[in-house]
This record gives sequence, C-alpha cells and structure tokens, in this order.
Amino acid sequence: MNLDQKTIEETVSSLPFPQKIIDNLMRELESTPVTKEQMDEIIRGIATGYDHSKIEAGEAAGVVSAQSIGEPGTQMTMRTFHYAGVAEINVTLGLPRLIEIVDARKSPSTPMMTIFLEKDYAFDRDKARELAWKIEATNITVLGSMSTDITEMKIIIELNKKALLQRNMTTKEIADRLEEEIGTTIEVSNDTLIMRPEEASYRQLLQLVKSVQSVILKGIKGIKRVVIRKEDSGEYVLYTEGSELKEVLSIEGVDATRTRTNSVNEVFEVMGIEAARMALIHEAMDTLKEQGLTVDVRHIMLVADIMTVDGDVKPIGRHGVSGEKASVFARAAFEVTVNHLLDSGMSGDVDELRGVTENVIVGQPIKLGTGNVKLIAKKIT
Amino acid sequence: MITTPKRIKQVKFGLISPKEFRKMSVTRIITADTYDDDGFPIEMGLMDTKLGVIDPGLRCKTCGGRAGECPGHFGHIELVAPVIHVGFAKLIRKILRATCRSCGALLLEPAQKKRYVEQIKTLKKMGQSIEDVVNEVFKEARKAGKCMYCGEAQQEIKFEKPTTYIENEHKLMPTDIRSRLERITDEDIEVIGMDPHNARPEWTILTVLPVPPVTMRPSITLESGQRSEDDLTHKLVDIIRINQRFQENREAGAPQLIIEDLWELLQYHVTTFIDNAVSGVPPARHRSGRPLKTLSQRLKGKEGRFRGSLSGKRVNFSARTVISPDPNLRIYEVGVPHEIAKELTITLNVTPRNIDEVREYVRRGPDNHPGANYIIRADGRRVKITDSNCEELASLIELGWKVDRQIKDGDVVLFNRQPSLHRMSIMAHEIKVLPYKTFRLNPAVCPPYNADFDGDEMNLHVPQTEEARSEAKILMHVQENILSPRFGGPIIGGIHDHISGLFLLTNSKDKINKSDALELLGKSEIRELPEPAGTEDGEPYWTGKQIFSQILPKGLNLQFKAEICEHCDPCKGINCDKDAYVVIRNGVLEQGTIDEKAIGAFKSVILDKLVKEFNPEITTRFIDDATRLSIRGIMRRGFSFGIDDEYVPPEAQTQIDETMTQAKDKVEKLISAYLAGELEQLPGRTVTETLEMEIMKELSRARDSAGDIAGRHLGMDNSAVIMARSGARGSMLNLTQMAGCVGQQAVRGERIKRGYAGRTLSHFERGDLGAQAHGFVRASYKSGLSPTEYFFHAIGGREGLVDTAVRTSQSGYLQRRLVNALQDLEVQYDGTVRDTREMIIQFKYGEDGINPMNSDFSKADTVKRIVESVIGEVKE
Repeated sequence: MNLDQKTIEETVSSLPFPQKIIDNLMRELESTPVTKEQMDEIIRGIATGYDHSKIEAGEAAGVVSAQSIGEPGTQMTMRTFHYAGVAEINVTLGLPRLIEIVDARKSPSTPMMTIFLEKDYAFDRDKARELAWKIEATNITVLGSMSTDITEMKIIIELNKKALLQRNMTTKEIADRLEEEIGTTIEVSNDTLIMRPEEASYRQLLQLVKSVQSVILKGIKGIKRVVIRKEDSGEYVLYTEGSELKEVLSIEGVDATRTRTNSVNEVFEVMGIEAARMALIHEAMDTLKEQGLTVDVRHIMLVADIMTVDGDVKPIGRHGVSGEKASVFARAAFEVTVNHLLDSGMSGDVDELRGVTENVIVGQPIKLGTGNVKLIAKKIT
Repeated sequence: MITTPKRIKQVKFGLISPKEFRKMSVTRIITADTYDDDGFPIEMGLMDTKLGVIDPGLRCKTCGGRAGECPGHFGHIELVAPVIHVGFAKLIRKILRATCRSCGALLLEPAQKKRYVEQIKTLKKMGQSIEDVVNEVFKEARKAGKCMYCGEAQQEIKFEKPTTYIENEHKLMPTDIRSRLERITDEDIEVIGMDPHNARPEWTILTVLPVPPVTMRPSITLESGQRSEDDLTHKLVDIIRINQRFQENREAGAPQLIIEDLWELLQYHVTTFIDNAVSGVPPARHRSGRPLKTLSQRLKGKEGRFRGSLSGKRVNFSARTVISPDPNLRIYEVGVPHEIAKELTITLNVTPRNIDEVREYVRRGPDNHPGANYIIRADGRRVKITDSNCEELASLIELGWKVDRQIKDGDVVLFNRQPSLHRMSIMAHEIKVLPYKTFRLNPAVCPPYNADFDGDEMNLHVPQTEEARSEAKILMHVQENILSPRFGGPIIGGIHDHISGLFLLTNSKDKINKSDALELLGKSEIRELPEPAGTEDGEPYWTGKQIFSQILPKGLNLQFKAEICEHCDPCKGINCDKDAYVVIRNGVLEQGTIDEKAIGAFKSVILDKLVKEFNPEITTRFIDDATRLSIRGIMRRGFSFGIDDEYVPPEAQTQIDETMTQAKDKVEKLISAYLAGELEQLPGRTVTETLEMEIMKELSRARDSAGDIAGRHLGMDNSAVIMARSGARGSMLNLTQMAGCVGQQAVRGERIKRGYAGRTLSHFERGDLGAQAHGFVRASYKSGLSPTEYFFHAIGGREGLVDTAVRTSQSGYLQRRLVNALQDLEVQYDGTVRDTREMIIQFKYGEDGINPMNSDFSKADTVKRIVESVIGEVKE
C-alpha cells in the first residue's frame, strides 16, 4: 500500500539529515508513490550514504580549507577585467579580489552593486530607467553646459531641456539645490542659470566652478554610474559603479531581498554579521567561479566563519585572526616575531601548547588528527 | 630501558630579574679577550670554559660535558650603569607618563583601578587580548596633571627615539627611570597588565647583561688557522670594553660630560646587541661593512630561529633527485635508483620472528642491495657493516639488537614536490628499486604534485617508526588521495598522451586483429578477449571500444557527454552522430569516445564513479591499465606533430587574407569615424575608449574567424586538432595562432600604446591608430612574424612573465596567511569545528557535516538514485 503524501512529509521532515537532503528527498517523493517498506529502504539507503559521506572527527578541516583556497591562487589571473557581461563596469577579479576579500578591506578597490527591482519595475524599461536616474549621482555637467564669463565674473549654465526631461528635473529644482548647497544667489532665466562669486576675483570664480560641479543634484553620492541591463529572464537589472547599500535599499522599487553589493563591510554595517558572512561566501565563490576554479563551498564557509566568529569582520592575517591567537609561539612564528615575544614577556603570558605550531616548535606531537587519538592496549589476560 | 617521554605542558613568559640572573650565571665576564696565546679560552673571558665548550677535546667546567654534550651555560656582565632595553623603550615611556614622578603611584582613582583589574582578569580568563584595556589605562592615567595621592604636579615627558627621555628639558638617566619604576606598587603593576612576580617594570632597565653561552655563538676556525668570532661575540667584546672604560673614567672622577658620552655609548652597544635594526640607530657593522646579526635578527624572518629552525627542520632519511616518467609503474609506486636505495634505511628490531631474515640482510652487507648498513647493539653502540665484517656480524646478531636495513621494493615512503600547496603534494608511495639515477613515477600522478619532467626534482622521505609507516599507508597512500578534498573530484588521472591514446583507440573504426589486441592488452592482467566484433578475410577482429571495455570493471554503468561534445541543440543523447555520448553498461563501452571527460585528471567521470561507488583499489587498477593501454594505443597508430601539420591549403589562406583585409578596412573606417567625430560613444565611456574597444573587438573577431577557417581545413586527422578536441593538450586557439593569425598583443588588457612620442615604434607615423601600429600581429607562427610584430609579441609575452612572477609571490603569501589562520581548527567528535581554545567556529562542519570529498552526496542526484534503485528493485 502506498503511503499518502502527508505521512511521507511527516516522516521525511523528521529525519536527522541536513535540510538540503530532506528537501531533495521530498521533491523526489512528490511524484513517486512509495510503500512503507520502500520508504524505510530509501531512508536506510540515505542514512548509510550520509554516514559514509560525513566528515570524520579529528579531521584538520582548517588546513584542508586553507589549502583548497590557497592552491588555486597560483592559477588565477592578476588583471582587472570587465564584469561578466557588463562591459561598461570594471571590477577587480582574480587573485587581487580574493586577497581583498580575505583582507576584509573597509571598501573594495572597485565597489559595485547589483540592484534588482521589484516586480512592477523590473519588466518596465521606463520605470527601470527612471529608477536608475534616481540612483546615479547627477551633477551639473550632464545636465547642461557651463561656461565662465571672465569679463563679467560670472558663470553661465545653460541647461539641456532634453536631459532635464529625461531625468525628470526642473530648472527651478536645480537652482534651489545649487543655492542650498553653495549659498550664492542664482539668477534664473528660462533654462539659463547665472551665478556670481561673492568676491569678484578670478580665483573665487574658479573655485565656484569647482564647487558647482561637485554638487550632486540628484541621486546618491558615491554611485558614479548606473548601467541598465536586460537579463535573459527579461528582467531589467541595474549595475552600479560605486556602492551605497543603505541609501539604495531605501529607494522605492528596489528589491531589497535580492539587491547586493560587493562591499562586505557595507553589508556588515547595514545588515549585520550573518549577512556579512553570507556576503563573504558569495563574493569568494563568485571570484573563484569566474576564474573557472571549483572549490567546495564548505571551505569558503569555514574561512568566512573564522573571519566573523566574534561578531566583527576580521581579516585573515597579522591584524586579524592570526594576530589574536592565544599562543605566543604561533604568533611569533607568523609575523613580527620579536614584538610578540617582548610583549608576552611583559604581561607574563602562558603558552598552553595546544595548537599546531607551538607543538612543532617545542618538538612534541601535535594534538590534531591522528595526534589527538590515544590508544591504550588492553592487557592480554 | 623504557622511558616515558616527558611532555611540556606549558611555557611561561616573563622578564628576568637581575637577582635571578646573577643566580643562574655561572661566571662573571670581565675581560674582553677570548683566547690566550696558546689558544686556550681565558678565564672570566668571553670564551670561558664555564660557559660551555665548542672545541673538541675540552671539557665544560660547569657540567663536565664535552663539545656536543654540554648545552652551554649563561654568564653575565655587571654593567657599570644601567641601560634601557630597546625592546621596552615604548613601554617605559608609557609607564613614566602614567605614574607619579615622586611617589610612583599609577595616576588613577582607586575605583578606576579596581575596575580595570577586573576587566583584565576576565579577558585573561577568556584567553583574549588585554591590549585594548591596557592602552585605555595608559591613556586615562596620562590625563592627570597632578598626583591624586601625593599631590605632586606631573611634568610632560618627551621621548626621543630610540632611548632618550626628557622631562622638563632635562634628560632622565636610566638610573632615575629605574628608581621611579621601582616605586610602583605591585597592585598598580597589575592595572597596567603586567605580572608583578614575573615582570616588574624596573627589570626593563638592564643592570646586568646576560652573556649567552658559547655554544650559541661558536667561533669558526678558518683554513688559515685564524679564528673568526661570531657576531654576538664581537658585540659582547664592544660592550665589555666600553663598560671597563666607563668604570675607569668614573673612578678617576672624569667630568660629567665624558661620563654621559660613555653612558650613551654603552647604551648604543647594548641596544645593538639586542636589536641591530632599530630605527634611528646606525647599525653596528662588521669590519667588512656588513651589518652584524644580533639577537633580534637571529629570531626574525623566514630564515630566523622561529620560521627557519623551529617550525621547519632539516631531516635525515631523505633523498632528492630528478624525476622522469614510467607508465609501467603502478600509480602508487615510485621508482628509486639503486644508489639511493642503498643509502636509505629502516630500523628493524631483532625479534625471534625475524632474526633469520635480519641475519640475511646483514650477511648481504651494504653493497649488495637489499642489505643492511648499521647494527645497533643492545647497549646502544652503533657498528657500521662493511664487506669485511658482515659475515661476522651476521653470526653475532642477538635478540634486542637493531639493524638498519636498506629500503627495498614494497616499502612505504613519502614522496613530495615543492611547492607543497595542498596535502596531495606529499603522498605515500611504495618503492620499486630500479636502475639509473632518477625517481620514476607514473605520469598519472603528475597533476596532484603539479609535476612535469622538464627537470623537476622531488624529495623522498622514509618513515622510521611502525606508527609512521602505518599512518602513511592508511592516510597518505596515493590510492586514498585520488579524490581532491577541494572539489570532491578525482585529481589523479590521465594526462596528455593518455588521453590522446585512448581517444584514438576508442574513436576509430579500426579493426584490430587478435595478435594486435593481445599486444594492446599485454601489459594489463587481462588474458582473455571477448567475442570478436566480426570477421574480415576469415580473421576475427575487435574494435578499440571493445579493447577499452576489457579494463573497465564489471558492473559499471555510466552515461555522460564526452569532451568532444559540440553541444548541439537539441542534444541527441544516445543517438549522437559524433560519437560524443558515452554509454557504459555493465563495464562495456557501448558507444562514445573516451577523452578528457572520461579519464582526464580533474574531469574524469569514470574515475569519480569508480572511487565513490567501487573502491580505491579497483580505481587504481583501472588507472594503471588505462595508462598502459593508452600508451600502447597511441603507439599502434603513431602520433606526431610537425610544422606540416600547420599547413593550410591556398584557398583557405586566401580566405584568411580576405578576412584580414576586411578587418583592416573596418578598423580604418572606425578610425576615420573617430577622427571625424562621428563615432558613437558607448555609455559611460569616452570616445577614445569606445574606439579602442571597437577596434579590439573587431580584431579579435578577425582572428577568431581566421582560426575558424583554418580549423575547417584541419580535420580530425590533424594531431593538434585531436589533442585540442580530446582535451589532451593545447586548444584551438593555439592552433589558430600557429596556422591562422597570432592576433592582438595586449598590455593590461589594452592595445600597445607606449613607446616613442605619439607612436609605438619609429616604423610608424605619429598618431597612427591602425591595427599594425598598436600590436596586432597579422601573421601566424608558421608564416613568421615581421620585425615589428615580433617586437610587439615580445612585449605581450613579457607582461605574461611578470604577471606569473608577481602572482606566485602573492598567492604564496595568501596561502601562508590562510594556513596560519586556520591550522588549529579541527572537527570534534560532536561534529563542531573548534580552535585550540575550544572556541566553536562552526556548530556543524559546512552546515551539513558532509566531507567536501564526498560533496556529491548533498546533490539532488544522489537522493534520486537511491530512490530509483529502491523502487526499481521492488518492481522487479
């Protein structure tokens, strides 16, 4: 007799297997009818397989992960290349990017965001474009031409009607915004704005030109460029140069659940440590995948986990994970040997000799893997 | 005599007090001289025999040991005036600023102190750094302008690198500082994160200088008979001399100025004795001008004590030589030259069970290969076996003796190639003693070592204990390492000709007669042929696929797309007309071609399946057979590549020329559009960038179509095409470059732009934007490059070389950092991953506890297969 879907669901979901395997099994059993005996047989089969593929206790998971990420490093390219598909945006890839991720830099050398849009916007080119204008930092140079009149000591800005319309801005808005930011009064006539420096000096005039150019009239400061791309699914996705996760997420129409940035630190600040961990995993996986190298996620997870265990994104290396080790010997053997020895002498540190390097240094078997197992022979009676 | 090895439980760090130091010193050193006229060490000199001995024949006056036995003993120098230990200079500054200049109290309220002490205690208990708290203490204490305990007004203390402290325009002498530090109470010391019992702040000011034992600064005798002293000895001589002069001057009542100068000089020598690379101090130099290597320099860096001598050590029982291939070896074997096998030994304990065997080894002596080199008698005496005494020793052998037996076939050794980037860089092999002087290995194990045979050398280590040997055999054996833990696929497998060979064998319609078939399978253990595929001229014949099927294990079922698959749409699957869909049923290759996807390292589907569903032995056997069969297979047909294989017929050449001309025209059109300002800008790019991108695009398109044209005329009868398509070596791009067009040379992803003003080479007009002027190589390697093309090609090539050089150092450092950060992590019995502090890093390894080596298990396919097998089983 075949089991009904409900019993199957109940039995399967209570199995002591990883979620992914349970999901797979559920999907598999949705379409195939099974009897109780078959069900048991299947569960037994999976249990044996799972037991067989489980990692063994005592495995030096850390070293294996480190090697698995480090070894393909030699095969990576050095150069910055264009982001897959979006030729307009340069993104650091390959080894430099991997080093950047592991270093937990405050900001990546080429910050970039992938902004997904909500349903109403995602398939509408105009709406997507509108949103893009909202995000891209706009300054005066794209809206019109600016010229300086030295004899009259003034700046004349002639706004481009078309550009204004495109970006849904009015002359008045711009004038107000400039006035607010710079503080000088602006004469508005039609599409022309005229500004004068407070003091009629050549230097002041030039200064004014500079400050006018730096005013962000619309969009988010820090996002230099937005590129719209139609994905294969027909959805429009925005790619940006520069990253401002917090600001972008608060814009209406942006799908906050899928939008991402390559700045791990920003993810950490906006969404917390767990999100930062996921971002680390995602970024590292992407970097490796882009280079055509296959590395199991579990290795990257471990690296991401050790970087984020204590609630802060710590770099791998002397200023982070390695520098905070408990053992004096381990730290001294890594970098800045002498300082670590002097400091530990000062504070009377005790090295408990529990790690790998420490025991190698004093010439003892290390307590890891086979070194962690003690066998006592039974007396022959 | 069995002794339980002592285990060091912990190592405690601290500062050494002058009192303690005088107690442990064996002698005071007062003379700067080392040896007297007879060459004997002077008493109370730097080479005093109380400090240990280095000359053979002398005995240590302290412990009575000979050179090599005596570990050495410390002496001391009484400094006439105290000096500052450079390493602690910054700390002294901090303490001076945080404590009262008159009563020595830490300038914090009692309540604050209490709070900080508590914080420090909790942090220490949790095994975390107390640095932040201590820094805060110093920062807070410095703010006080007046002592809250004695009311003394505090003065600003200026610090001048490296060891000068100035208070109120008045230099603080080390004596003053020391007396200030002495006044600090034990309670206050705890607040600044020091341990008053192990490290009192005044101990950072040296009044006694330790003199390291001679054993750590041995002098060397040069060929001329002259003695050359160690750098440390030189430095100590300087210190003693100045110390003496200082004392003489002070006793003679020299003016303050001279005293201060000498004091400064003493400080300099002590500073450089400790660290000869302090910024602001000129390094002490040897007579030759070379900076001296003093204490800090000995510890620091890659070749320093820590990384060079303690974390990495040189070993015995190892060998190194050039490697060369031998496909007739099993993959887990290693061919060892006779010369090496005679030198490397394994120690055997003589027991009743093996005494006869051991006797035989000894009888054979050291020159008769599986012989023995040494005998260790029960009393620990070591006797060398020679041709003349081997018979005698063999008869003397008793139980309890030990014999160093030469390694022989079947012994387990560790084989390694640097750089050891992953654990498969060291694997256990079984020895096969062979003639000639190289290590031989099956080419199928090259990928994990990343080895080739262009002169690579590899190392071999012989494990010496039974535990080590069994561990090597169980965990490190080649068989156990076919799967890479990096991605869970096979890392050992066929390369180069293995792939070509099997490709040729399985892809051809070739009819193989009986003797040829037996010849092909001769090296494997298959002794029976299947039913012939048919008869021709009355002779039975077999196909290549049948021959290959013979080495496949029975019960293997597989279906997959081969490397040569052209990804047709829709895929015809089983009906593939290109023989690119592989079907293996019950160990018989029914259709499809064997190529990289089937047996290549990293990609092999067959090996993957064999390790995971059969066992490593069967897999190993299969790889062995496959490598041998493929070599026979390739030899049967013959395989070569020469310049003729790059020949393209004239009509194809004309086509290529045409595409090139067209591309050139298009580029010119782009340029003229650009010059006329008509070029349409790409979003977010300048016009110039747009032009560059367009030109690059056009030229790479031209190169590709040249390659396509060439490829169309070079069919599957071309060796290079076979290699590229089957995945054995090279790519179609390589062939394109050889036969069609080399293409654009790039630097940093752009066309070549540097060189002379406005042009790359003087052969071109200034401002020429054309293809040829910016590194487009129109020629093929076969046709030969023009001088300018050759030069551009060299530019592009150089970038590649620089790139590799930079990359190796960068990725090496990345690897070192990663390993250092993660090395202490271990999977525990409860499934968590913890570090040595027992802090939990992951609650379940990889979120599912699955070993990456078997990561397939988490894929949907596995479950599907299990379900199918169960349901299928019941149906029958």
